[in-house]
Amino acid sequence: MKSLSDLKKMRDEMTKKMSLRETKNRLRVVVGMATCGITAGARPVLSALLEEVSKKELTDVVVTQVGCIGECALEPIVEVYDTQGNRTTYAKVSPEIARRIVEEHLANNRVLTSHLIANFK
Amino acid sequence: MLVRSHVLVCGGTGCLSSKSEEITKRFKEVLKELGLDNEIQVIMTGCFGFCEKGPIVIVYPDETFYSKVALEDVDGICMEHLLKGRIYEEKVYHEISEEDRSKVKSFSQIGFYNRQLRIALRNCGVINPFSIDEYIGRNGYEALGKALTTMTQEQVIDVISKSGLRGRGGGGFPTGFKWKLAHGNASDQKYMICNADEGDPGAFMDRAILEGDPHSVIEAMAIAGYAIGANQGYIYVRAEYPIAVERLNHAINQAYDYNLLGKNLFGTSFSFFLEIRLGAGAFVCGEETALIASIEGERGMPRNKPPFPAQKGLWGKPTVINNVETFANVPIILLNGAEWFSSIGTEKSKGTKVFALGGKINNTGLVEIPMGTTLREVIYDIGGGIPNNKKFKAVQTGGPSGGCLTAAHLDTKIDYDNLVALGSMMGSGGMIVMDENNCMVDVARFFLEFTVEESCGKCTPCREGTKRMLEILEKITSGMGTPYDIDRLEKLAVMIKDSSLCGLGQTAPNPVLSTLANFRHEYTAHVVDKKCPAGVCKDLMHYKITDTCIGCGKCKRSCPVDCISGDKREIHIINQLACIKCGTCEAACPVHAIIID
Repeated sequence: MKSLSDLKKMRDEMTKKMSLRETKNRLRVVVGMATCGITAGARPVLSALLEEVSKKELTDVVVTQVGCIGECALEPIVEVYDTQGNRTTYAKVSPEIARRIVEEHLANNRVLTSHLIANFK
Repeated sequence: MLVRSHVLVCGGTGCLSSKSEEITKRFKEVLKELGLDNEIQVIMTGCFGFCEKGPIVIVYPDETFYSKVALEDVDGICMEHLLKGRIYEEKVYHEISEEDRSKVKSFSQIGFYNRQLRIALRNCGVINPFSIDEYIGRNGYEALGKALTTMTQEQVIDVISKSGLRGRGGGGFPTGFKWKLAHGNASDQKYMICNADEGDPGAFMDRAILEGDPHSVIEAMAIAGYAIGANQGYIYVRAEYPIAVERLNHAINQAYDYNLLGKNLFGTSFSFFLEIRLGAGAFVCGEETALIASIEGERGMPRNKPPFPAQKGLWGKPTVINNVETFANVPIILLNGAEWFSSIGTEKSKGTKVFALGGKINNTGLVEIPMGTTLREVIYDIGGGIPNNKKFKAVQTGGPSGGCLTAAHLDTKIDYDNLVALGSMMGSGGMIVMDENNCMVDVARFFLEFTVEESCGKCTPCREGTKRMLEILEKITSGMGTPYDIDRLEKLAVMIKDSSLCGLGQTAPNPVLSTLANFRHEYTAHVVDKKCPAGVCKDLMHYKITDTCIGCGKCKRSCPVDCISGDKREIHIINQLACIKCGTCEAACPVHAIIID
């Protein structure tokens, strides 16, 4: 460690890695990962979400997996909860669409209306 | 790949003894089996403080708090929570109170935590103590860099003085003033010492900091070294803390590797070297001058002051000794400023204090509260009250050097001066809660037994006086005391306080004096009525068979010393001289005819 600015550079890098441990309100993205979801291809969707969120350095987003949501025919299903707990549900999500959800909804707060669950019912 | 979740497992001494290391290992294995090891990180941290409920596991970002986790629960937490995103109900923490029992609360919302303000413990239970990188991620070593590159020695001392920080080891001496004294004494060599010889029975906050956040102490020592002009530091830590010593050693080596210790820190001309010295666990070595003697290789005995260590300390050179918790406050004060720190607390006691809650209390553990919090808040709101609906009787603060406070003092705001005014003291922060089943004479005897054992023997009042006091207390608790003994006890106590050489002897009579002041009637009951009201002192306790006895003979058969006699269907009698007061007969009696008198 040669200078204070070296230290600060390192700090910023580490703070990003540890941001999960902070108490704050975050956007929650959940992926249905029951048997139905997994067979429909939820795993690559989850990976795509994680990759994209990490690439865009979105620290206010949590990605988790959940069990069956109850709409097995429309899997893979991805839901986004905002900080107030309001839910937006996307159905038949592919890794490609998952990336667009990150880009549009998570990064720029624009709901991707073309893939909302209502379109498939 | 983005890590989506952190699983934090407590690695403090308490939780480690309930297998938290195996739990951590199992987490890693199971996550690997499930193919989740890339996206979920398992980290062993320092103490979370809620030792009563250990081993503790917290899952972030959900902040889910799992308590009393056993090795068998790991699979469940992984399968349910980490794989399927559902809370693992079996071990998630629920509050004791009726209204909150059914709710699952996040870590920061739990009653034990939501009233705390963690400054000294800010990184304990948050970072991996083996990782200097994680410490840096929490603004670690920034205060040192700031001090060395942008501040003069005087400016650093000024910030600490203005913050109002006082020594957390017991005395409450202003830290900035101590530094100023040593700074003003010109010398070719000065020393910085960290007093980690935590000896109060029941206090373990220093251990928790050393185990959970060792770098905060290292950084603060380098800052203090810069301020007073010392380039050599020693951490005097007791050998009974093996985990703390191991993590401290590891942290010191890392700091040398990163050139945050050693020569020319942050490219300046300031160098600082740090070494560990192990203490053999003598209580008196927590006293500054005895500690210095011990580091010098002499027998750990105190000497007269003045000269104070700031004038003539280690090897005759100006030396500053600060406590672990005091140091843990220093870096964050430099970063956030003196105004921030002095805005917390009371008029004369700034910041927070860590207490080790123990005794008859539901939530045993470490709590950090702003100065000025009342005893009631600590004991009832954070500590969860007294178990088994027993009545609160007293709380001992300051360990063997402190005194007890009663129910009348529950609304006292905790700070240095208020506690001293009530005949107790802050001490290092032990807080032992007692209920109606504790005998206060016996409590005084317990603490005196400790000081007699730990008296170094150098001065007569402490060596002989405390021993005589203990003899009188033993006489009283064995039922042989007279009212004259109470007077003699009081006289001796005052004499020892006035004439002892060091803090150990000067404070040793405090538990006796404060129990005499607040619970004199219990002493009187022992010597006049020959009764122990709490039923603790065995010699004053008698089992008696009342006339509800049906003469079944069960007690007679169960008595291990054959001291019960009586014919069938007649009331039985206990031979008091032979009775050993084991209580077996009381348990054996089917009609509860045997009582304690």
